[in-house]
Amino acid sequence: MARRGGAPEVSAGSMADIAFLLLIFFLVTTTIETSAGLDRKLPPMEEILDPPVIKQKNIFTVVINREGQLLVEDELINVKDLKAKAIAFLDNGGDGTCAYCKGAKDAESSDNPAKAIISLKNDRETKYGTYVTIQNELVGAYNELRNREAMRLFKTKFTDLDAEYTNPETKDKLSEEAYEKLKEKIKRIQQLFPLILSEAETN
Amino acid sequence: MSKFKKKKEGELPAVSTASLPDIVFMLLFFFMTVTVMKDSSLKVENTLPNANEIKKLEKKDRIVYIYVGKPTKEYEKTFGKESKIQLNDKFADVSEVGSYILSEIAKKPQELQDKITTALKVDREANMGLISDIKQELRKVNALKINYTTNEGDAFTNLK
Repeated sequence: MARRGGAPEVSAGSMADIAFLLLIFFLVTTTIETSAGLDRKLPPMEEILDPPVIKQKNIFTVVINREGQLLVEDELINVKDLKAKAIAFLDNGGDGTCAYCKGAKDAESSDNPAKAIISLKNDRETKYGTYVTIQNELVGAYNELRNREAMRLFKTKFTDLDAEYTNPETKDKLSEEAYEKLKEKIKRIQQLFPLILSEAETN
Repeated sequence: MSKFKKKKEGELPAVSTASLPDIVFMLLFFFMTVTVMKDSSLKVENTLPNANEIKKLEKKDRIVYIYVGKPTKEYEKTFGKESKIQLNDKFADVSEVGSYILSEIAKKPQELQDKITTALKVDREANMGLISDIKQELRKVNALKINYTTNEGDAFTNLK
């Protein structure tokens, strides 16, 4: 019998099989990437000609040895206590110029958050995992203080503001004005508690 | 004389599989879009440490990766058990890091070249000495933005 009208229909029955094959291929090759971490900025290389004199009380020294033990301000402490110590140091406001500080106002500790420096020193044989934990705790200390200030000023957390700012979708969603405002807010909080972390060259 | 045959009792109607391809295609497209093809296979052990104060690294186009860790079993014989740096697909020396970063930056589009972040994917067992050396190299080539890539989790588990 002669065919009438059009080409014969292509069977779609095996479509599912083909799709499954591709699906399994992509399932196997997929690596959902872990792309999160601690951001840090390295100091530039150029030598500073006459380094400013920094008062000892404005420096919070953290030393990690090769066993992963922690020496903070010449005192052996547990890593779990580091965050609280760092917060106490940063939030101290010793000379009374810091209106928003809620610390102990101890004259022997840091003058102002803008002057407070955390100095981190580690051994060449310190494990990277330990180092990251310490970094994490120190960043945590800053984040907690910044969150507190952001809560007071803008009724949101600093970490939320920052996450919103770094999210690439935000720029399209917000108007230019709102985006600039967000940037301003983040800058303002960062100025209240600037992250000053000095890392000595290891020996 | 009935025109319609009665169906036998107790026989279940077959489930239509006509929409199966659609469902599978949907899944397929999902995985196709989220897939990031690995551009280099890891030759080093890479158990990332945990941290909880992390920031997400958006914009993958402006990141250069450096892997550090012990060579995996396959390469242990040739490269030993000490931590090594892996750049792209091969092991490298600390002194090569600078030129690698510069060449990677040069590959990126002009407008992104000053926004490059170096993501350090370091095994938690690696020693800080090597990391410090890498950081020193990065400073030399003025690649100052770095990111210690970590998994999300309790940071104190790193200490064990």
